[in-house]
Formats: sequence, C-alpha cells, structure tokens
Amino acid sequence: MADTGHPVLELTGITKTFPGVVANRDVSFSLEQGEIHCLLGENGAGKSTLMNVVFGLYQPDSGTMRVNGREMAFSSSADAIAERIGMVHQHFQLVPTLSVLENVVLGAETVRHGVLDMDEPRAALERLSADYGLPIDPDALVGDLSVGIRQRVELLKALYRDADILILDEPTAVLTPGEVDEFLSTTRELVRSGKSVIFITHKLREVLAVADRITVLRGGEVVGSTVPGETDEAELASMMVGREVSFTVDRGESHPGEKVLSVRDLRVLDNRGVAMVEGCSFEVRAGEIFGIAGVEGNGQRELVEALAGMRPVDSGDLRLGGRSLVGLGPRQIAELAVGHIPEDRSRHGLIAPFAVSDNLVLNQYHRSPFSRRLVRNRIAVESHAAELVDKFDIRTPGISVPVGQLSGGNQQKVVVAREMSRPLKLLLVAQPTRGLDVGSIEFIHSQLVRMRDRGTAILLVSAELDEVLGLADTVGVLYRGRVVATMAAEEADRGRIGLLMASGVEAA
Amino acid sequence: MTPGSVVRTPRWPRLSRTRTLGVFYVFLGLVLVFQVAPALSEERRRFLFGTGSDSVAWSFQPSSVTVTIGLALILFGAATFAERRLGRFVRGGLALGGVLGVLMILVASMALSPTKSTNLVPLFVQSLKLGSPIALGALAGMWSERSGVVNIGIEGMMLAGAGIGFVGYALMNGGSGGLPLYVAVVIAVLAGGLFASLHAVMSISFRTDQVVSGVAVNLLAIGLTSFLRTQVLVPLNADSATTLPEISIPLLSRIPIIGDQLFVAKPIFFLTFLLFGISAFVLTRTRWGLRVRSVGENPHAAETLGVDVIKVRYQAVIIGGCIAGLAGAQFSLETVGSFDDLMTNGTGFIALAALIFGKWRPGSVLAASMFFGFARALGVRIQLLNVEIGGFPLPSQFLQAVPYIVTLVVLAGAIGRAIPPGAVGRPYRRPR
Repeated sequence: MADTGHPVLELTGITKTFPGVVANRDVSFSLEQGEIHCLLGENGAGKSTLMNVVFGLYQPDSGTMRVNGREMAFSSSADAIAERIGMVHQHFQLVPTLSVLENVVLGAETVRHGVLDMDEPRAALERLSADYGLPIDPDALVGDLSVGIRQRVELLKALYRDADILILDEPTAVLTPGEVDEFLSTTRELVRSGKSVIFITHKLREVLAVADRITVLRGGEVVGSTVPGETDEAELASMMVGREVSFTVDRGESHPGEKVLSVRDLRVLDNRGVAMVEGCSFEVRAGEIFGIAGVEGNGQRELVEALAGMRPVDSGDLRLGGRSLVGLGPRQIAELAVGHIPEDRSRHGLIAPFAVSDNLVLNQYHRSPFSRRLVRNRIAVESHAAELVDKFDIRTPGISVPVGQLSGGNQQKVVVAREMSRPLKLLLVAQPTRGLDVGSIEFIHSQLVRMRDRGTAILLVSAELDEVLGLADTVGVLYRGRVVATMAAEEADRGRIGLLMASGVEAA
Repeated sequence: MTPGSVVRTPRWPRLSRTRTLGVFYVFLGLVLVFQVAPALSEERRRFLFGTGSDSVAWSFQPSSVTVTIGLALILFGAATFAERRLGRFVRGGLALGGVLGVLMILVASMALSPTKSTNLVPLFVQSLKLGSPIALGALAGMWSERSGVVNIGIEGMMLAGAGIGFVGYALMNGGSGGLPLYVAVVIAVLAGGLFASLHAVMSISFRTDQVVSGVAVNLLAIGLTSFLRTQVLVPLNADSATTLPEISIPLLSRIPIIGDQLFVAKPIFFLTFLLFGISAFVLTRTRWGLRVRSVGENPHAAETLGVDVIKVRYQAVIIGGCIAGLAGAQFSLETVGSFDDLMTNGTGFIALAALIFGKWRPGSVLAASMFFGFARALGVRIQLLNVEIGGFPLPSQFLQAVPYIVTLVVLAGAIGRAIPPGAVGRPYRRPR
C-alpha cells in the first residue's frame, strides 16, 4: 500500500440510455488507489451498464471518465485493457472448448516467428497463480471446470493483462458459501498487492465484510455513498430499495399436520449415470416448510427433478399421502396437486417468447375453464392473468407481453403466481430467489409463508443458507445425496449446519 | 407404508445408440453368413495391387471371405452388449466392422462380376483424386464455420471459381495453356473469395440468416456462370482447352507399385494436402487461428478481450471462399478443360457432409473427404466390373449408394454426435 488515496478512476456525470430506458443518469463515481469500492444496487439499477462503460463495451451518451488523472474515451475493451483495467464479468466470458492457458492469452498472445509462443505465458500464468494463491491447471479445458474454478480463470485473465483496476461484476452470485469466503480473502489479497477493486454486488453481508467504501445505485442514479463503519444492512437495503425492508421473514408459528410427502431410500442418477441422490429419506408435513440446506452439487437438483417427475427414480420410494409417485411424469404429478417452482426459471419455468398470460396457465391450459375440448378460451386465460398480475404485483407493460421481456424478479413472480394459483398439497421450491432483488425476495418469501399457513407442505431447496434458516420450520442438511441431519428450526444455528454441509457429520 | 417396502422401479429401456448399431451388425452378419455366402460362387477371385513384375495379388474364395466377415460383424455386434466390460474395444470393433462392410462390397462385386481379377491400386489413387475437390470444399467450410459462420454456399463459391476462372482463361488466349492458365487459377481463387465476401457482407454485417445468405450465393453463382457461358464461352467456342500439366514428385514417384500413380498428378491435387497441413498449423499454432476458434465458440468472450470479432469472421469466410474457388479451378482448369453449367455437381454439399463427418477438425475432415472420394471411386469401379445378379446387371446407383449408407451407420453409431462450433449460425452484434 505504497501510495493510497489518490483516485485512479473518476467518472463524472455519466449518462447512458438505451432505446426507451435510461440505464445511468448523471452518475459520478471514483475509485481510489488500493481500495475496494463496492457498487451496490438492485438488479436493473445500472451497475453493470456503468461498468461496461468503464470497460469500453458501451460508449456513454455524456459525461467524462478519467483514468489516473487523464481523460479517456474508450471505443472498445481493447482500449480499457491497454489502460490496465480488467473486468470479471457476471456471465463468464470464456471459450469452453479452449484450454485455460488459451483462454488466458486470447487477445494478448505472444508470437514468435509468426507462431504462438505458449511457454512464456505458461510460466507467467503459473507465477500469477502462485503469487495470488489461485491454483489452476493451465491445460484443462475450461468447459470441464466447475463454476468456481472458471471464475478463477476470469480473474487470472485480468491479472495476466496487468490490470491495476479490477472490476468484479457480481462475482459471488455463483459461488457456494465456502467459495465466497475464499473469494473475499482473495480480493483483499489483490488490494494488498496494490490493485484497486470495484466490487459489484447486491449482497449486503459481503459488502460490509469487504468494502472500504460503498456507493449505492438505484434506478440508474447514485443515491448515496458511505463506509461500512457508519452503516448497517438495514440502512443499505433501504437505500437500495428506496423504502424500509424487513430482513426477518414475518412468520407465525407453524401448525404441522399430517405427513404429506415421504421419501424413502431414494436413489437418483444424473445425466452421466452417477448416483447423485442415494439413500435419501425424509418427510414433509402439511403446513410446514421443510428447508434443505447443502452445498450446491450435493444432489439438490436431482432430488427436486425426481420429485417433480422430470427425472426417473432409480430405486427407492416417493409417496404423496400414501400414493407412490414413482414412474409418474410431470403432468401426472402436477395433477395430484403438486406445484413446482424450478431452479432454472428460463429453462424449466417459463417459455420466454410466450405472453405473460399464456405462461400463467402453463400448468392448467388444457383444463376447464382455460380450454373447452380442443379450443382454448382466451377470455378465461386473460382474466386469470389480469387477476394474478394484480395479486402478485407482477410489473409488466401488459399481459400479452412476451415473458422474456420482464426483469428477472418479475419473471420469477410469474412462475410463483402460476404455481400458487391453485390449491396444492405439496409445493416444491428450488432456489426461489436466485438473482433477485431485495424487494422481490421479500415478496416471494411472504407468499411462501402464506401458502404454508393455508396447509400446503413446502419443500424448499436453496443455496442461500440465510433463506433456509429464515423460512424453514424444519431444516434438513443434504450431503452427498443424503439427508444427514434433520432438526427443528430453533435448534439450527449457522455453525452447526455449516459443519454438516461441509463434512456430513456433527462436531464430535 | 410398511418399512422396507422399497420398490425397485423398472429401468427405462436402455437401447443405446451403440447397441442399436450392434443389433444391426448382428443382423447383417447373419444375412451374410446364411443368405449371401451360399449364393456366391466358389470360384476364386483375385485382388491385384499394381501391374507387371512388382505386383502383389490376393487370391480368395468369395464365399469363405463373406462368412468370415459375417462372423466378425456378429462378434462386433454382440460385443456392444458387453460394453461395460469391454470398454473402448467396442467402438473400435464397430469402426472396424464399417471397414469390413466396405471390403464386403468389393468382394461381393467381384464375385458377381464375370471379371476374375481387379487392380486395387488405381481404385485407391482414384479415391484420393476424387476426394481432393471434396476436401478443398470442406476446408473452405471449416474456416468459415470455425469462425462461427455457417457456409452452405461452398457449392456456389466453387462454381464461381470454376466458371469465372475458365472465362478468364478463355478470354486471355482461348485456352491454349501457358502462363494465362496459372493466371486463370488465381482468378478462380479470387472469384471464390469475392462470392465469399458477398456471403460475409450479408451474414456478418447485415446479420442475414446465414443459411439464407448461403443459398443466395449458390443461386447467384448458378445464374452468373450460366450467363457467362452462353455469352462468352459459346461465342469463343472455348472447350477442350489445355489443362494444368502433371507434375512428377522426384524420388516419391519412384516408389514401387504406387509411386507412378500417386506422385505423378496435377498441381491442385498436391496443393490440397499442402493446404490441409498449413490450415491445421495455422488453426492450432498461430494467433490468428486461436482467434478464429474463439470467435466461433464465444464471440462475446473474444470481444471483451479486444478481439475484433467482425474482422476475424470476415477474414475466415473470405479465406474459405478462396479455397473453394481453388476447388472450382480443379474442375474446369485442372481436370476437364472446359466449363459446363452446374459443373461442380453437388460436390460443395458433399463437402459440407465431410466437414460434419470430420467434426470440423482438419485431419478428420481430410480423412472424411477421402472416404467420400473412395465411395465415388468405388461406384465407378463397380460399374466397370459389370456386376450381375441372376443374369441382370445391378443398377450401379444402388452400389454407389452403399458407401454412403455405411457412412451414415458408422456416423450414427461409432462416431457419435458431432458438436459444431458453439456460435456457428449466430450473427454477432457488437454491444454499443
């Protein structure tokens, strides 16, 4: 930390509009040498747009940018890279069929006699990898790597280009809790070695853990700046959302009834034929939320898909109130009053080019009153849609708009509204708030509790431990495809569950 | 629910791709052993390799060879049901079965032909020569598609090269050889490049659907070359022109049996192999090659690293077009010495199939092209052998189709799915 304090990047009055949308309005922002400056805001607040301007991918309509005191106008990311700015994108910008080393050198290749020289870059990469504690296999194909390792490749790519200013766009969104901690300490390590970091996120816990300074964006404008010592989660959240936000889910006591779902010795294979769920047993009662905690990749996806009929059960039994679900397809299971809010709403939850109204009846379009024999009843579909849009506060320009045009939060509300719009015995919920803003999260949580209070059994699978702890009445920990412990919510504390998630066993 | 009442669910029927092919092999083997072999004559036949003093011959009895091949197919087919234990041998067996299937076609043709012996060396050499234009077309497609641009217009680019190159030649000295002939080859190359740049402008800059743009290139080439032929070539009475001379490679052409057949040939034929070598090197070992690959897989990633996606795609498509133009020159300036409408005769489309069969990789694409060349050469040979069944001549179209059927089967079963470059067919829009 030789010379801290002077600004390495200054943005003044940046405005960027897209047809019909003002993404940034008169934004001013500065980054000082050797600091971690968190850029906080909900989805759609304009954080990524602003950073794409800095990285030369977008050209601002007005405003100036200074890098190390000199005024700059970038016309492409090559210009930004030349000014030693590096960016780790939220959606990784990697070529899956190339090796790690090839991805790292791409665009900054070393050429000797017209031929690519890979030896020197390899040595440089290995040096960087050792210096920053980011172990990597240079010859692995990126397509074979896990998400956490891919992010490491992204970071090494920026470091390989000697970036002094690092922009990290939602870097923790895809990481498991353990990986997040590791990543935060890597970030601090980077700053210690003289880099300056812009850290974009909407996760308040991380902001307070890592930031030197915090700037909050809302609706494309800067609403305030602060430092971690002078603020708390509640204040940051209300700055982000523009109103008070409650963190604790407001839920009364649960009144669990009879057993609705029982899973016994379940075994489910993934696409490669590997058993991802094995020996898995648990029960969910009416009127309770059974939360499944676990590090991602421990069989959550396969478990939910098997319950929803999307994946065959290899062996074991699934029963809904005494009736076996084994061998039934998704439609048959849905007809037994089972709802499913899938993990990946764009792949399994919605049909993006279809209208909001059609997406709202995907689970019952074939039944009365939405269809009479072979003919669909548009009037019923539309009045149903209008009702749900109102009730679930779906922000859409109209019910005939393709659902793909809505924001992530509103898309998820469409899924939630559809699944909750009929009486259910069981609701399967996977990662219901992934990538959503605080306002939408709050709303979806309250809807889940409302559903519970009406006597539905809810199975909640989430990678966010806070979400599980905040909502669940009973917590089960999934480890290597098996529920290794089940406990009432009152007995569940972060430490105990964290240990179970990591090792599958209780502390000795 | 009683404890321990674990229901063992019936497994989903697992008739995998490999096993389906295995069943087919067993069926084919049984047909060969019990139906085909008894019907073939006991009379011995001979395959010759070369002519004259240093020739080698393989004398065989068609029925017993058929039984052997049939048994091998049954074995390889049955092996697919022990895939877990045998592992990768199963796939090797299926591939070998494909080769035996092709050999079977030869053996059966011989047995049904009045001819007692046939020389296989010319068949092999002819395969390579007929495979050469397919290979060049496929190489053209490889450059374009590895950069992310579908190129269904190879046929048109080849036709443009063949037609425009020959028109240039006819205009220069009426087709009597010499330097103008080589200039004409360059014109053909440039014509291919010009048509490719049309494809590039439409599909890269204006983001037209790449298939539509490719079809447009094909239609334009057909119309334009036909027009040029009637307006220029017919009045000039330009046909039976001097073609490119044969080259004899020193030393190599002295190799016994194959030397004088394989290493005495025309220049574009040799150039095919050279271009494949260069392309493989450029693609894997140079900066530009790395950029082409990245642009075809994930253009957004390349863009964030400062690679100019549009420029790289233009370059790759146009270079591909030049290669297709050279393939066209092979028809009109190297082989025939005239130009006819639709002269390329679908070679550009077969090249596309070879490109996919070869999984967009230079070495495999070359091999696949040569296999298709073999299929064509085999068809010709079978015609020459006067194959008869029960006294009636076998329609040559039938036997010509067999190698393609073998290809389909092998492609579907043993090779597996070919995964195209990630971004192929998707126009790239620069963020602004």
